[in-house]
Amino acid sequence: MSPRIVYIAFNTFREAVRDRVLYNLIAFALLLSGAAIFVGQISIDIERLVVVNLGLTAVSLFGIVIAIFIGIGLVSKEIEKRTLYTVLSRPVRRWEFIVGKFFGLAGTLVVNTFFMAIGVFGALLYVVHKFSKPDALILVALYFIVLEFLIICSLALLFSSFSSPLLSAVFAFSLFVIGSFADDLRGFAAMAHGLTRWVATGAAYLVPNFSALNVISAVAHQQPVSGQLILNNTLYAMFYTAMALSGAVLIFERRNLK
Amino acid sequence: MTATRRTTIISAACLAVSMSACILLLRHIDQIRPKATIEDVLYLNSPTTIKRASVGFDGLMACIYWTRTVQYFGHRHFDRAHTYNELAPLLEITTTLDPHMLPAYQFGASFLAPKPPAGAGEPVRAIHLMEYGIANNPNNWRLYYDLGFVYYTELKDYRNAAEVFERGSKVPDAHPFMKIMAAQMAAHAGDFETARMLWSATYDSSSEENIRQNAVEHLRAIRVDEDVTNLETLAKTFEERTGRTPSGIAELATAAHLRGIPVDPDGDAYQIAPDGRVLVHDPDDFPFITKGLPPGYKPGPPKFHAQR
Repeated sequence: MSPRIVYIAFNTFREAVRDRVLYNLIAFALLLSGAAIFVGQISIDIERLVVVNLGLTAVSLFGIVIAIFIGIGLVSKEIEKRTLYTVLSRPVRRWEFIVGKFFGLAGTLVVNTFFMAIGVFGALLYVVHKFSKPDALILVALYFIVLEFLIICSLALLFSSFSSPLLSAVFAFSLFVIGSFADDLRGFAAMAHGLTRWVATGAAYLVPNFSALNVISAVAHQQPVSGQLILNNTLYAMFYTAMALSGAVLIFERRNLK
Repeated sequence: MTATRRTTIISAACLAVSMSACILLLRHIDQIRPKATIEDVLYLNSPTTIKRASVGFDGLMACIYWTRTVQYFGHRHFDRAHTYNELAPLLEITTTLDPHMLPAYQFGASFLAPKPPAGAGEPVRAIHLMEYGIANNPNNWRLYYDLGFVYYTELKDYRNAAEVFERGSKVPDAHPFMKIMAAQMAAHAGDFETARMLWSATYDSSSEENIRQNAVEHLRAIRVDEDVTNLETLAKTFEERTGRTPSGIAELATAAHLRGIPVDPDGDAYQIAPDGRVLVHDPDDFPFITKGLPPGYKPGPPKFHAQR
């Protein structure tokens, strides 16, 4: 990887940390410890389920919110503050800027997820007292959540490369919601006829399929996740991210910054 | 005092006063409209809609709905309510959101099936819930056991109970007593001994504290029902022989050559009413008894006892 990309990525990470993004970990810790302690008193026999479901859902939602709200400002903020011109006046290509920004944000989210994962396992240990082998499946769910973040980051960057921050947030969040219903969209396409079928099928394949990346419920019930699914989801996330990043680069390369 | 310091003190005081006022007002509002928060209100009652609205996080949503179900049942049970209108819809939503959440079936059936005020008095809906649970978790023998239990205890439908126990006994890793239960249902379904066997099996096979405690209460109730039945038979024999009812439990014990004064599981002596019926000392101590209750008895809030 080009050292310029690494440098931009590192600065993006540093900027996110300076923006107190990691403060969300405090809210996360409070949420999880509260759930671990209180849920046993207000419910019956679902302490483990709650810790796993709540923990992984919170990791996912916190990360998506961070990915969208930081991702949409990555390009527009640099243009607004005019710092982009300083960067691009140096021997940095526009595509390197986009890719560097992506890796910086992805790195921030991975670090964030790492600390949250420690929190999830800590709360789980508090509730079950002893880890069992199927608890390792939580790592698979966390891995899928990170893959989700990569897709969302790249989409936020894509929208940020041509649109205003507000519209970019709306687009990215809408795609997250639609992507969560990707299976339904596919079902709808299968039931439609003629042109509607073609349009619906096209839309179903174009939007990111987040439902395939969501194994939280299965993992909470200690159901195994197949290696085939892990491999396919990894490849899918990589290709989708590459697709969105390529789109962002294509648009940004042609954008008039004067 | 500097202007900044004055502003800080005034705004801190304002904050504290406003916060206290909000809390006091909310408490007052709660008194004006009691139980207006979670009782009998389901803003969304379509499981499918709620599943879609959960945007893929249906596991967490199921946990929230299950907790709400427990709270709903707990509040109404404690108030000795006779209606549980939202219980079945809440359970349906919970199990649609997460068809593998076993506690929702196991506890849900024991909330739905018993007659009020112990439960919602909806054994048929409890059976539907359990059948849905079995369809989604066919290899869990406990669900068959709980379904057989509903047939046995609430509907006295021994044929179906036997059939369900038989089905459950064929599940891989099923507990060996499932086969015994199936046979027992066919031969001695109405006996105290069969009931005792079922509740003992429930106690022994569960690690869940609430289930074990419930089993203890039922085992205590079975002992009381059996004692009262036996003592009433003795009292009847006494009456046939002497032409009058026994004056007290001591006279009955002497006449029947019992080893001592018969006592209930709490150690309190049974009492004999002037009409010869046998009564327990404090019926509130035995929430599930069907015999030994004074006429017009209205049960109080449930009590729980230590494990046997």
